[in-house]
Amino acid sequence: MITGSQKPIQEIADLVAPYDRVLILGCGTCVKTCFAGGEDEVAVLASALRLYFKRTHKELAIDELTIERQCENEFIQEAAAKAGQNDAILSLACGAGVQALAKRFAKSPVLPGVNTTFIGIQASPGVFTEECSGCGNCGLAVFGGICPLTRCAKKLLNGPCGGSQQGKCEIDENTDCAWHLIIDRLTLLGQMDNLNVYIPPKNWATSLSGGPRKLIREDHII
Amino acid sequence: MISNLQKKLMNKEFVVTAECGPPRGANKRVIAEKIKLLNGHVAAVNVTDNQTAIVRMSSIAASAHLVAAGLEPVMQMVVRDRNRIAIQSDIMGAYSLGIRNILCLSGDHQKFGSQPDARNVFDIDSTNLIRTVRDMRETGCDMSGYTLDEAPAMFIGAAANPFADPFEYRVLRLAKKIEAGADFIQTQCIYNMDRFKEWIKRANDQGLTDKVYILGGVTPLRSAGMARYMKKRVAGMDIPDKVIARMEQVPKDKAALEGVQICLETIEELKGLKGVAGIHLMAIEWEEIVGTIVEQAGLKSTGLKRTEG
Repeated sequence: MITGSQKPIQEIADLVAPYDRVLILGCGTCVKTCFAGGEDEVAVLASALRLYFKRTHKELAIDELTIERQCENEFIQEAAAKAGQNDAILSLACGAGVQALAKRFAKSPVLPGVNTTFIGIQASPGVFTEECSGCGNCGLAVFGGICPLTRCAKKLLNGPCGGSQQGKCEIDENTDCAWHLIIDRLTLLGQMDNLNVYIPPKNWATSLSGGPRKLIREDHII
Repeated sequence: MISNLQKKLMNKEFVVTAECGPPRGANKRVIAEKIKLLNGHVAAVNVTDNQTAIVRMSSIAASAHLVAAGLEPVMQMVVRDRNRIAIQSDIMGAYSLGIRNILCLSGDHQKFGSQPDARNVFDIDSTNLIRTVRDMRETGCDMSGYTLDEAPAMFIGAAANPFADPFEYRVLRLAKKIEAGADFIQTQCIYNMDRFKEWIKRANDQGLTDKVYILGGVTPLRSAGMARYMKKRVAGMDIPDKVIARMEQVPKDKAALEGVQICLETIEELKGLKGVAGIHLMAIEWEEIVGTIVEQAGLKSTGLKRTEG
């Protein structure tokens, strides 16, 4: 999933303060799963903002809605009526959702209420970890299913640096050394030969370094 | 012009390299002072590249100052701050300035430095940096395959840390760097001699020491506080408790002397080990001690041959 975390209330209050009527729009997919922008978070944030503006004696009408996905026009359509009734939309989706709304609702300012963080998983209840950088050219097969590009702080492709100790990364004792995990896993799988494989310089052209990417499926173009 | 370090190593001399950290500023007099302290004592001097991710005078410029003063540099280069375009360009520039040795490194993560907000690069890793420099020298081409008008022919160094985990992988990693093109290796500071001996034994058994010159890293401790700090804060550092205890047992004003003594004992052991081609003496901001240690270790006169089998 795409993970994110809600911005601090003060920052959100500053973003919406110039407007009189604001729609808080939640997204029922990724950000709901990571507790940043689903229906529940919309309700809690709306209450917090009402309280905040009551204390500061500012009139601000807050509307609430959550749609299934803010990155698909089919669902965005459901927010059209409320978008028209408000001065601005505070989106609790990821950055893709915010931009999809901005494309669809040309006249509405769309404000981000969430800091989009990464592509990851919920490793344990309440703990989300980054797993994928979306580099456009997956090499997980050789690394035992653990991505050093994402999970090694130095993006090393040919083995660990000299800083890992007792399985932990030099930058943070709470961060696992990706290469330690890779070595353990390849050992378990009996694929230690993979450790001798020379990995050439990464072709970053398929990543964001090659410029904003587009995925085209000819068979689905109407 | 061939690297002097390479010449000495090929001649089987037990070599000494030292380290020189460029200043945090543009003051070339700092470099001149360090040159004065090191010149004549060592075969070559490593010039660090924004070590611990703290911004300093560039290693290329500082290395060029060394060349001008007749002291041979080993220019360190990290992949943290440059993409492959800048890397190749800087290597060509360095070679044109008379720099003949390079040490290829990943680099300390910027989190440790004074500007942790910086974006890192890590376009290629240290193994691929080694391979890039080797390929330039061997094929005369840059990474795109373009034939260069005079390709840089660097003597290529790499780092090895026998003390990092997982230990079993460390020799394999060394082999990978040799395969990529490393001519010489400088190791992390040795305080845990037992572990170093086990590592060099495995390297010997696998025939790796026949393919690469290994210089054992040593750093004289100046105080018990420094020992504790390095153990705790410096990535990949292994200082056994007994070494720290030795530093703590002497009065504060004698601690530096004890540190030098420990360093000399380590060098003595390294001199007797098969597969060790010399030492890399990193006297951190303590260049004035280098001459003393080299002399007391009996390495002043050139021509001491390394131990072979």
